[in-house]
Amino acid sequence: MSTSSVNPSLAHQRRERRLVLLLLAPALAVVGGLLIVPLCWLAWQSVRQDGGFTLAHYARFLTDDVYWMTFLQTFRMAFIVTAAALILGYPVAYVAAGASRRWSLFILAMVVLPFWTSVLVRAYAWLILLQRRGLVNTALTELGLVDAPLTLVNNEFGTIVATVHILLPFMVLPLYATMQKIPPELTMAGSSLGGTPLHVFLRVFLPLSMPGVVAGMVLVFVLTLGFYITPELLGGGRTYMVSMLVSRNIEVYNEWGAASSISVVLLACVFFIFRLASFVIPFERIMGAR
Amino acid sequence: MRVTLSIPAIMAALLLPAAAASAEQITFVSQGGAYQEAQTKAILDPVAKLLGITIHQDSSPDAWPVLKTQTATGKPIWDVIDTPTKDCIRGGEQGMIEKLDFSRLPNAAEIPAEYKTEYSVPYEFYSSVLAFNTKKYGENGPKSWADFWDVEKFPGTRALRSHPMATLEAALLADGVPADKLYPLDVDRAFKKLEQLKPHVTVWWTSGAQSAQLLADGEIDMEMAWNGRVTAVIKEGAPIGYTFNQGFLQETSLCILKGAPNLDTSYKFLNAAISADIQANFPAYIDYGPGNPAAYKTGKIAPERAAQMPSSPDNAARQILISVGWWSSPAGEEAQKRWASFIQK
Repeated sequence: MSTSSVNPSLAHQRRERRLVLLLLAPALAVVGGLLIVPLCWLAWQSVRQDGGFTLAHYARFLTDDVYWMTFLQTFRMAFIVTAAALILGYPVAYVAAGASRRWSLFILAMVVLPFWTSVLVRAYAWLILLQRRGLVNTALTELGLVDAPLTLVNNEFGTIVATVHILLPFMVLPLYATMQKIPPELTMAGSSLGGTPLHVFLRVFLPLSMPGVVAGMVLVFVLTLGFYITPELLGGGRTYMVSMLVSRNIEVYNEWGAASSISVVLLACVFFIFRLASFVIPFERIMGAR
Repeated sequence: MRVTLSIPAIMAALLLPAAAASAEQITFVSQGGAYQEAQTKAILDPVAKLLGITIHQDSSPDAWPVLKTQTATGKPIWDVIDTPTKDCIRGGEQGMIEKLDFSRLPNAAEIPAEYKTEYSVPYEFYSSVLAFNTKKYGENGPKSWADFWDVEKFPGTRALRSHPMATLEAALLADGVPADKLYPLDVDRAFKKLEQLKPHVTVWWTSGAQSAQLLADGEIDMEMAWNGRVTAVIKEGAPIGYTFNQGFLQETSLCILKGAPNLDTSYKFLNAAISADIQANFPAYIDYGPGNPAAYKTGKIAPERAAQMPSSPDNAARQILISVGWWSSPAGEEAQKRWASFIQK
């Protein structure tokens, strides 16, 4: 009797586990077939040459200064874009989190709206705005604010402007999610204890919003590292990102091994950044699960 | 890999034994888009009719990686490819492209020797020309690469292709190297001269569409661009002029895959496709010049149209033929690798 009373529940558990696996199977197959397998193939290719094992593709990271400079420039871009997105995004999220329900919905809609336009279209839109005979320069020259058109695009500046614009929602949304959960009573308590608004913000609100700050920064930083089409179209051929190095290695030099090794190193960088960030905030929270 | 295997090509491969019995056929591969459509009307359909063969088409913007995988199996599906001559040469050296038996290509006899290689025959010519904004410079636009480098006499924004081929040649011409003494290129000297101009280059373009857009929007006052792209912009009404003077003549070539399933028909196709009469159809459909200069003697190409063609004898004489041989040599490969670090610094 005693065994039969234990067994059914065990069997039930096992059945449940099998059911969960069955439900997960399609997703696992997609992840395995379309992500894990190609990634393994990529890693495999990066250590192969003429049918043998080689580390030549990785040695180039130490010997070829183009590799260094490209990674350096890419990280520099990512830092600038992240900082700009934070400076622009924090006040927006702050206002949205403090506003009435209707207003915060409106603000968030404004933030997310450009999300539904293609990245390519937005890159060309910036080109039209910023180029020598574009709207901005025409307005500036006609108002007499500048004598000669400013170089606003086909350089790093134009690339940064467009990248920040594209990635801003990735900063605002996690910030908003965090700020919204900060109980207003805490700031009220701060004020009632005699803190000035600035003091309360710095000592109460800002520290509590840090998880959102970190999540937004990590997302924007990592996404900038992989940007391709925006710097390609707006960088004037001089803003050379890692993704472009990968593409040139395949298109111009037919070096699949070299291209793979660069991808693997970039992927490792991204993992490393997520690992670092996870000391501050759990991974699921960065991705916005909670 | 960016490959579009057309259904007819796959069908052809699957049905090969059955189909081969009924009629002669080949699978021809080019780069797709408007370019392949134009040559279907200009070259492929007329040749198919002339020889009574079926030409299956396939397209791949970059045939090289596919070429590698197809020949690796020893049983390629493709027969003839239209690709940059460089691919034919290195493909030949790596045993992926058939060494041509010119006795089976009598029509190749009228093509100048410098246009042919042991693995390829020229198919069509394009040119990297100096284009400029006529509103900015009026009638006295830049006419040579020395002018292009002269930022005092010709102030304005400039663009070059982010690729060393033709760009290094332009730098050397600007530095005073005579056109007939360009090759082998003095790479150090070329990069030094480019270094001078670099601060004045606004854009290093990476796609033909981008080069056209820069001209059309007035973003760039002068640039090196492919003649077909430049004439397209002019047709749209942009105030752009260009010169074939010191332009760089480049060609795509036809070559046959090693182990091609239809070798005999491929030879017949090649011979017909490069004949002066068939080649003379090109200018009616696209701004690329015939690979066989004898086409200009057939009377099919009006003189004013010939004047727009990169390979017409008058224009060819003012241009420099890019040495594909030098660019596929180790020195050429090295110069290509050096480009990335030049752009970065």
